[in-house]
Amino acid sequence: MAHAYDRSDLPGSVAGHRMSRRSLLRGAALGAGAVTLPALLTACGGGPGGDGKTITLGSNASDPVPKKAFADAFKAYAGQSDGRKVKVNTVDHNTFQENINRYLQGKPDDVFMWFAGNRMQFFAKKGLLHDISDNWQHYTGFSDALKDQSTGEDGKQYLTPYYYYPWAVFHRKSLFTERGYQVPKTLDEYVALARRMKKDKLDPIAFCDKDGWPAMGTFDYINMRTNGYEFHKSLMAGEEAWTDKRVREVFDTWRRLLPYCQPGANGRTWQEAATSLQKRDAGMTVLGLPHPGAQFPEGEQADLDFFPFPVINPEHGQDAVEAPIDGFLLAKKSKNLKNKKSLESAKDLLKWLATGKAEDAYLKSDPNNIAVSDEADTSGYSAIQRKAVELVSGAKQISQFLDRDTRPDFSSTVMIPAIQKFISSPNDVDGLVNDIERQKKTIFASD
Amino acid sequence: MSFISGRRTGRRGSRRYTRRDLVVLGALLGLPVLLDLAIVWGPTLASVVLSFTSWDGIGDIEWVGTRNYVNLFTNYPQFWPAARHNLLWLAFLGLVATPFGLLLAVLIDRGVRFSRFYQSTLYMPVVLSLAVVGFIAQLVFSRDQGALNAVLGDTDSPTDWLGDPDLNIWMILLAAAWRHTGYVMILYLAGLKAVDPSLKEAAAIDGASEAQTFFRVVFPTLRPVNVIVGVITVIESLRAFDIVYAVNHGRNGLELLSVLVTDNIIGEASRIGFGSAIAVVLLTVSLGFVVTYLVQELRGEKDR
Repeated sequence: MAHAYDRSDLPGSVAGHRMSRRSLLRGAALGAGAVTLPALLTACGGGPGGDGKTITLGSNASDPVPKKAFADAFKAYAGQSDGRKVKVNTVDHNTFQENINRYLQGKPDDVFMWFAGNRMQFFAKKGLLHDISDNWQHYTGFSDALKDQSTGEDGKQYLTPYYYYPWAVFHRKSLFTERGYQVPKTLDEYVALARRMKKDKLDPIAFCDKDGWPAMGTFDYINMRTNGYEFHKSLMAGEEAWTDKRVREVFDTWRRLLPYCQPGANGRTWQEAATSLQKRDAGMTVLGLPHPGAQFPEGEQADLDFFPFPVINPEHGQDAVEAPIDGFLLAKKSKNLKNKKSLESAKDLLKWLATGKAEDAYLKSDPNNIAVSDEADTSGYSAIQRKAVELVSGAKQISQFLDRDTRPDFSSTVMIPAIQKFISSPNDVDGLVNDIERQKKTIFASD
Repeated sequence: MSFISGRRTGRRGSRRYTRRDLVVLGALLGLPVLLDLAIVWGPTLASVVLSFTSWDGIGDIEWVGTRNYVNLFTNYPQFWPAARHNLLWLAFLGLVATPFGLLLAVLIDRGVRFSRFYQSTLYMPVVLSLAVVGFIAQLVFSRDQGALNAVLGDTDSPTDWLGDPDLNIWMILLAAAWRHTGYVMILYLAGLKAVDPSLKEAAAIDGASEAQTFFRVVFPTLRPVNVIVGVITVIESLRAFDIVYAVNHGRNGLELLSVLVTDNIIGEASRIGFGSAIAVVLLTVSLGFVVTYLVQELRGEKDR
C-alpha cells in the first residue's frame, strides 16, 4: 500500500522496511545473529559449481513492471549469446537493501543490482566488489559523469550503469496554460509563482516526507544551487561542517519556501503528494521522474511536465542534476566467479548490459526511467522521457541523492530525523545543525 | 508394613534415578536449557558485549568501551523521546486501556443487552496484527485522505493527526489501546465467569454494596488474571514496534526504543555496536519489570 510503486523507492533505501512483530529478545539477539549468520551461511555453501555458462544474478526488482522488464532484457541476452543464460534470484526490494551487508559477505550471486556513487564505493572499499576496469575500456556511449559515478575511491570501476531518472519540479501542463503560469527560472520567480498559486487557492508546492527521503531531494537541490556540486560532495563526505554558514543558508532558503509547501509533510507519503498534483490541488512538486508518473492515469500522462529546479546562485546556475543511477556489479565473494569461465561469462553479461540495445530491451517494458547509454534508441520515448534525457545530458554534474552520496548510517539515523524535525519546527536551525554536526562527527569518526 | 515402606523410602533416595532416568532427565532438561542458553542468553550476552564495540558488520570489531553509551545519552536526539514514549505507552495501556477493558468485561458479564455482539465486536481487533492496526490507523488518521478528517469536514486547515509530532503518539496509542482493550476484556471476562457466584451472594447477604462486592470480593479473586494482564501490558508496551513502523517507521514523534535498535542494526546503517547499546538499555528496563514481577510472585508464593 504505502509502496505501490516500490522501485521508485530506490533513493530512499531506508524507506519501507517490512517487518513482522519482533519481540524484545529477538531485538537483542539481532546483534548476535549478525555475527553468526554469515558464518553459518558461508559454511553451508557448496563448492565452486556451475557450468561456467549460467550466471546467477541477485535482483531487487521485485515489483511486477521492472521484474518483467528485466526478464525481457535477460531473455534478449540469452538469445544473442552462445549458450550463456542468466538465472535471476529476485528478492523483495527492501529486504534486499536491508540485507546487502550480509548478502555480500555470505553467499552472493555472481552479478547483483545496486546503486552508483557512495553506496557502491562503500562496498568497494570493503573489498566486496569485483574490479571491472577492463570491461570499462570497451564500454562506449557513457559520459564522464557516469564513469565517475561508477568509479571507486581507488580509481577503479566497479559498476555497469543501466538506467537513471532525474529529479526536477513537476507540474501539469494544462494547469499552467489555463492560469497563464510561466516556468520560473530563478528562485525569486519560483517564490513569486508560488505566491500567485496561493492566491489562486492552490497548494503551490506538494510536499511530503513521511517516507523520510523525498524531502532530501529538495535539500540537495537548494544546496547544489546555492553552494555548488563540489560543496554537496564534500558535505556528504563529512568533510564540511554542518554548522557552516553555507549549510545554514540552505535551511534559511528552504524556510522561505516552506509557507508555500503543503503543511504536514511529515504525515504525507509521496504517493499522496503526487496525487494532489494530479488532482490539481497542488501546482508543483519536487520529485523523481517515476514518482508522479505512477500516480497519473494513462490518459493524463502526457499532461505531466517538469522544469529544472530554479537558479539560486548564478555562479552555479542549473549545472547539477540529481539523477540516481542503478546498475550491475560483480560480487567478490561469489563462489562461481572463482571459476575463470564463470567470471568471463559474468563480464560478458555486463558488457552486453552496457550496450544501448540492452537498455532498449528493458525500457520497452518500463518507460519510467531513461537509458544511460548514448547509443540507446530514444525514438520510442515519450515527450517527458525525451525531456529528461535532455536535462541529464545537459548537466555539468550528476549527483545521486543525499542517501546515496553519503554513508548509509549517517543518512538513515541522522539525516532523516533531522530533516523531518526541520519540517515540523523550521525556526531552530542553529540547534538543528549543531545536532547534525555532533552526530556526524561520531559517525564519521567510527571508521 | 511400616518396615517395608521405610525400606522403600530408603531405596527411593538412592535408586530413584536409574541410568535411563538420568538420560531421559538429562535430555528433557538439558536440551531446553541448552536451547535457552543458545537462543536466549547467548545472543543477549553477545549484545551486551557488542554494545561496547564499534562494528559495521564487515571487517574488524573495535573495542570502544562506554563510548556508545555516552553517545546514546548525550548525542542522539531520538533516544530520550524514544524512552519517554515507551514509558508513556506503558502508562497509557496500564492506566487507561486495561481498566477500560476491565470495565467492559464487567458490563458484559452483568449481561447487558446484545452482550454477545459487543463481545465479538470488541474482541475483533485482537485478531489483527498490530501492523494491520497501523495501516487501519493510517486510513483513519491520514491528513489528506483519512476518514476522520473527511468526517470532520475541515478542509481549510485539517488536523495532521499522524504528522504532527505532538499529536501523533496519542493517535497511535488510541489505535494500540483499541486492540489492547479487547484483549484485556476477554481475559477478564473469562476470569469473571470463573468467580463463584456464591461469593457474591454471601457478600450481598452481608450487606455489601455493588462497588464493595466488586472491589473487596470479586477483584481479589481475579488475582491470577490480574497478574497475566499486568504481564501482558508490560510486554506489549516494551515490545511495541510494528504499529509505529507501519505508520511512519517510528520517526517524527513516534520514536520507540525497539525502532531505534532496528534502525541502527538492521538495514544498511549497520551501527551494530551502537544499536546493541540501545538494545541493552531496553533489556535493562525489561529486567527491572521482570525482577519486580518475580520478587512479587515468589513472595506471594510464600504467603500462600
